[in-house]
Amino acid sequence: MKIRKKNYFANEYLGRTLVTFCGILMVLTTILIIIFIVGKGIQSFTQSNISLFEMLFSPNWSPNDAQNPRFGALKFITGSIVVSIGAVIIAAPIAIALAIFMNYISPIFGDKILKPVLEILVGIPSVVYGFLGVTILVPIIRNHIGGVGFSLMAGIIVLSIMILPTIASIASDAIRAVPKDYLEASYGLGSTRWQAITKAIVPAATTNVLTGVVLGLARAFGEALAVQMVIGNTLQFPKSIFDPTVTLTGILTMDMANTMNGTPWNNALWSLAMILLLISFFFILIIRLIGKR
Amino acid sequence: MKRNIKLIFSFLLVAVILVGCNTQKNTNKKNQTGGGKLSGTITAAGSTALQPLAEEAATEFMSNNPSVSITIQGGGSGTGVNQVTSGAVQIGNSDVPAAEKLSDPALAKDLVETKVAGIGYSIIVNKDVTVSSLTLKQIQDIFSGAVTNWKDVGGKDEKINVINRPAASGTRAAFEKKVMSGVKINDSVGTVQDSNGAVEQAINSTPGTISYLANSYLVGDKKNALTIVKIDGNDSSIDNITNGKYPFYSYEYMITKGDLKDPVKSYIDFVKGDDFSAKVEEMGYIPMSKMGNLK
Repeated sequence: MKIRKKNYFANEYLGRTLVTFCGILMVLTTILIIIFIVGKGIQSFTQSNISLFEMLFSPNWSPNDAQNPRFGALKFITGSIVVSIGAVIIAAPIAIALAIFMNYISPIFGDKILKPVLEILVGIPSVVYGFLGVTILVPIIRNHIGGVGFSLMAGIIVLSIMILPTIASIASDAIRAVPKDYLEASYGLGSTRWQAITKAIVPAATTNVLTGVVLGLARAFGEALAVQMVIGNTLQFPKSIFDPTVTLTGILTMDMANTMNGTPWNNALWSLAMILLLISFFFILIIRLIGKR
Repeated sequence: MKRNIKLIFSFLLVAVILVGCNTQKNTNKKNQTGGGKLSGTITAAGSTALQPLAEEAATEFMSNNPSVSITIQGGGSGTGVNQVTSGAVQIGNSDVPAAEKLSDPALAKDLVETKVAGIGYSIIVNKDVTVSSLTLKQIQDIFSGAVTNWKDVGGKDEKINVINRPAASGTRAAFEKKVMSGVKINDSVGTVQDSNGAVEQAINSTPGTISYLANSYLVGDKKNALTIVKIDGNDSSIDNITNGKYPFYSYEYMITKGDLKDPVKSYIDFVKGDDFSAKVEEMGYIPMSKMGNLK
């Protein structure tokens, strides 16, 4: 009798307490991270007297200039936006095509080969992508197109490969979730397979596919190492897609460890981290809005 | 199957615990039987340029004083000064004096900085560059963007591809101070690479490139693999630096908080001392005894 009681306690309360604790811990961690980054991030405006307007809209960044330090982050923000959107433009159509192929054209091949391949792609560390970019992609661009090879284009290609599996797997789930009735009704009306796919299935899955695309965009925006290795990190607005440029995450990884706490320079970098966080919130908001529609 | 997995996990767990216990016992024994009179632990963090030297010194120092345990971490000069200011580590390794990194001069007052070694830097170029020596003025023109073709500085007709280190890097700080001397580096010219290794890779693979690397990175095979350009006809040898013929060098600092106490004091004395100077030179740094009164 006694043993049973103990088992009951262990089963019901111990497990429940543990999972509740995990849940609360996760929420707390997230909130603390946000508080910390925002707290650090606003110091440049409260302590170092940098204007928010200058940071968001000025292209002049020279934090190490002793006489006249400038903290305009427009080049980083532009670079991050351009490289992420470029990656999505390349990756999204391919990912959606893969999703259609996996579910309707060749489900067996898709399930047995394509899906594991995409999972492997997700598992490759970003530094490896960056290294491949530097050793293969950069020389190709340099030899066939010109310039130094380190360029916006290299960043876009590396990123598009990295976010492809994310978009593809979500798009695939979205397309699989479309009821079979749609396909059959479409056939019933006399459509061909391709017509059914493009006119009935894909439009029905649009909302969830878009979620995947935005998620891919968010991931591209936050990726640091691989992009930093191939994009060249030059402080300039790219005049063409083959010019080097710089991103928010790139300047953070390069300078954060070498600046001192409390200096305007360090504070400005924290503000950039805050901007990055706010932009990713913005993406999540978009995903929510799309999901509601 | 499930049971098997459980079994394997429990074996692993037991193994890990056993190994853990073992190492602990071993270290305990070592501490008890140690011969040196110094004991304690030293933690250091910071400059990745100084890290290899600090680690080598730590290994030798620990074999002389078995009761001392030293941990050296990287993280960058800023991290080093940060951590020593907050008391997280005993020694902050830095490529630049602490005052240059800190915003609040009051904080720097508590800090004691000790020069432990000199370090020379070399200007390096891709192997297709035919120029073998540049003047300071020419280097300044190249990095400020005034000169963009190798033919303007005595080479062949080829575009100059500048590679810089990030603005907060210690190597770049030395370059700005000793070579650029007031002339601003134009950051919209060329590209920026995050580490010595990335610079080396980019220099080797990109035609017409020019950059700078610490001599501690250019030891062994690397020295022969890369093309080094002289400044005003002088190479970056220790003799040229100590004679004042070669301007591109700086000091490495170990920064501590408050008065130096053992074992930290003995360790820092060992790093800059004569017993270790042969190793310092072998690793591409310059021993303090040779630096004399150089600024």
